[in-house]
Amino acid sequence: MAKVTFREDRCKGCGHCIAVCPVKIIEFDEKLNLKGYHPAIVKEENMGKCLGCASCARMCPDLVITVEK
Amino acid sequence: MAVVFEPTKGLLDVPTHYCPGCTHGIIHRLVAESLEELGVIDKTIGVAPVGCSVLAYNYFACDMHEAAHGRAPAVATGIKRSLPDSVVFTYQGDGDLAAIGTAEIVHAAARGEKITTIFVNNCIYGMTGGQMAPTTLPGQVTETSPYGRDVKLQGHPIRVSEMLSTLDGAVYVERVSVDSVANVLKAKKAIKKAFELQIEGKGFTFVEVLSICPTNWGLSPRESIKWLQDNMIPYYPLGVKKDITQQEVK
Repeated sequence: MAKVTFREDRCKGCGHCIAVCPVKIIEFDEKLNLKGYHPAIVKEENMGKCLGCASCARMCPDLVITVEK
Repeated sequence: MAVVFEPTKGLLDVPTHYCPGCTHGIIHRLVAESLEELGVIDKTIGVAPVGCSVLAYNYFACDMHEAAHGRAPAVATGIKRSLPDSVVFTYQGDGDLAAIGTAEIVHAAARGEKITTIFVNNCIYGMTGGQMAPTTLPGQVTETSPYGRDVKLQGHPIRVSEMLSTLDGAVYVERVSVDSVANVLKAKKAIKKAFELQIEGKGFTFVEVLSICPTNWGLSPRESIKWLQDNMIPYYPLGVKKDITQQEVK
């Protein structure tokens, strides 16, 4: 069981995390964040698939992501 | 649950001004994590360049100093010589280090100054709007090479790591990339090793990091990563260019 948390208001919507996620559970939110970007999120129903590998966090240029396992 | 990954305390908890997808953020993190893990953040002094990372002093949780364009290695020399127990690094882009600052970096390496330089190479001038840099690839279109860089007219790109590795004062020179998770991990290892060798007083250490510039390349962040892999890595091969600790083992 792993959990990934996004500080959505810091996200600039670059999508590096989406590209490297091995289980493809990260997507852009339909809503805009404070900066005006569609932030990366993981929907609650997909969180169970998270491996806790932290690939997303390592590719994030903006320190948006925290990973727990 | 245990924390697998959390934001480093080596960086201040503020948003950066970098464009979406810019890998400066990843490289900042790798430098900050290395300093934090080595326990030297409180005695580290970084020197910020002129370029996109000119505001790096707003982000690192260590003391920072700003230098005139290209002169970061000269400023770092002064800091390190007056405070020899401190850990000193410069963080420079290719426009800063490989163009106006060529003399400073070459002579800092030749003198074997006990500093670490993080050289961020994205083949273009970022902050000023995407002009051709000394590292711009042959044929690459920029604002000032609209028909692609013509090596007959504008010369050849400089492979800075290879050039500096010929100097006796440089003890560790490696080129890394941040285009994939595996390469980010390798880049972290290289940056940490460079700081370790500086702390041991070995000499000048240099890590070149291949980076992307989606805004001025005119590509999306993901297309930029692919462009780096397809074009930059073949011209700027990754790997250790010089490692005095390995030579000692041999």
